[in-house]
Amino acid sequence: MTDAGSALRPYFAVFRARFNLLLQYRAAALAGFGTQCWWGAIKIMVFAAFFRSAASTPMTLRQAIDYVWLGQAFLTLLPWSGDPEIARMMRSGDVSYERLRPLDTYGFWYARAAARRTATPLLRAIPMVVTAGVLLPLLGAPQWGLSAPASARAAALFVLSMVLVVALSSAVASLMDVLTVATLSDRGVNSLAGPLIIILSGSLIPLPLFPEWMQPLLGLQPFAGLLDTPMRIYGGHLGGTDAIAALGRQVVWAVLLVLLGRMLMARFMAKLQVQGG
Amino acid sequence: MADAHILIEGLTKTFRVAERRAGALGKLAALFHRRWRAVEALRGISFALGEGELVGLIGPNGAGKSTTLKILCGILEPTSGRCEVDGLVPWRERIRHVARIGAVFGQRTQLWWDLPVIESFELLRDIYRVPRNRYRTTSEELIAVLELERLLGTPVRQLSLGQRIRCEIAASMLHEPRVLFLDEPTIGLDAVAKLAVRDFVKRLNRERGVTVILTTHDMHDVEALADRVIVIGKGMILADGSLATLRRGALAERRLRVQFTGDVEQVDIPGTIVRRSEARAVELSFDPRVTSAHQLIAQVASRFDVEDVHIEEPPIEEVIAKFYALHSVDD
Repeated sequence: MTDAGSALRPYFAVFRARFNLLLQYRAAALAGFGTQCWWGAIKIMVFAAFFRSAASTPMTLRQAIDYVWLGQAFLTLLPWSGDPEIARMMRSGDVSYERLRPLDTYGFWYARAAARRTATPLLRAIPMVVTAGVLLPLLGAPQWGLSAPASARAAALFVLSMVLVVALSSAVASLMDVLTVATLSDRGVNSLAGPLIIILSGSLIPLPLFPEWMQPLLGLQPFAGLLDTPMRIYGGHLGGTDAIAALGRQVVWAVLLVLLGRMLMARFMAKLQVQGG
Repeated sequence: MADAHILIEGLTKTFRVAERRAGALGKLAALFHRRWRAVEALRGISFALGEGELVGLIGPNGAGKSTTLKILCGILEPTSGRCEVDGLVPWRERIRHVARIGAVFGQRTQLWWDLPVIESFELLRDIYRVPRNRYRTTSEELIAVLELERLLGTPVRQLSLGQRIRCEIAASMLHEPRVLFLDEPTIGLDAVAKLAVRDFVKRLNRERGVTVILTTHDMHDVEALADRVIVIGKGMILADGSLATLRRGALAERRLRVQFTGDVEQVDIPGTIVRRSEARAVELSFDPRVTSAHQLIAQVASRFDVEDVHIEEPPIEEVIAKFYALHSVDD
């Protein structure tokens, strides 16, 4: 094994163990799948009515439908909450025992978060994409289904952007974990972050449908990179250099939030070391 | 002691604890101005251990045992004083340090709750970067000695406490640490499980020369395992030596139990105190430094019809309780 490989071995092992474990929660995935189909259908009907009566729209109905289906498919990619296991350790006082592992604690938690942000969406995205992209067209309703990406380039950029979503989402989730243990409550963090993320990521309403004057701000904030960026790239709403710039913003935010999380973690752990768990 | 494996010198630890005020007004006031109280958990403790020593750390609840252990593990930073384990300062070089120690905290788990035992072991192998072939020999040996074979596929949450502790101990040894910290490893275990744990710890220490520090409330653990006992009370070291020394200092008496063939009225022998008396039996306590045991038995036998005699030391719990009372650290 190479030096870098062996340096990262513990973190990959943690990722793999969590990933395999989360793949076992199939019943929850099935229930989620049902709910998300239902929500997707309702949203599409609302958008259809809205687009028909509007004189001009910031995106086509086709793009909006793809946005909704993909958004539903990858819903669990969003960092809805911190790690419940870490919240439990915070309550029981076991957090300080995490320091018994010969690991960088932030990296340890980030690997766990990354497993959650890949295993869970994977279980749900596959049936969703099959239903919306294959089943609906076969049933004679291709106009309501998920269509192919706008172009081969769009498809490639979409995949790249999704990888960055995992990185960014794990950074947000890890930050939430750190705030959970620092504030001694997971409820505060989760109830604040939840609504903020659902609106600012475009999960509730696609970001392009927000008022014109808000667009520059919406594009710059970190949560756009959690959903809006890849969804718009997929349908060709975001193309050319704009798409590259959006990918760049995903990278910048992921790096900044990792640095912020690490900084807060170091401060908190120093306090824990002085004060005890 | 320059070559000490574990060295602690003048270690102190003071916690700052927020005071809770009574009543709604008090709680409101606390929002604006918190009052802090300093709690001294350790007030200057010192000891040194050579490589391969096995030491029992005992003391009443809140004495500072766990704080000491947490400092040794690198989880806590002391307020002042020196602490070195195998040449490293635990909290300053945490990652290097924890890679070289093993730790079992009886009340916590270091295994993954929802993973089967074997997967927890494999995860620990990767976390501690244990080479694969090295892991194979070590784990096979641990599994055989601790009889874990049948448990390997079971998720940790389904294990009984005794099974879990055995797995925890195996987990703490997978990376073959030279030092092992055990915090109340036998708490809540049944007699069989306790014996298994004691036996294994003893073997680790005798056969592999692993240095062990053990905290416990079970004096039989100490009696069975430790040649040396450190007693902590109110954040200070009250005694450091063998159990026999401790016994001599606190409760040196011996007890003679006599069984008579017939009913006996009153047993009155100089130099003894009657602890208990029944129709055909009596328990006397005496100081072996003043009265010799064989003289006492001869005296009893000449005056009464004796069926059986039995000499014993007071149970170790009683010795420790007496010791705590002598130092007024009993709570």
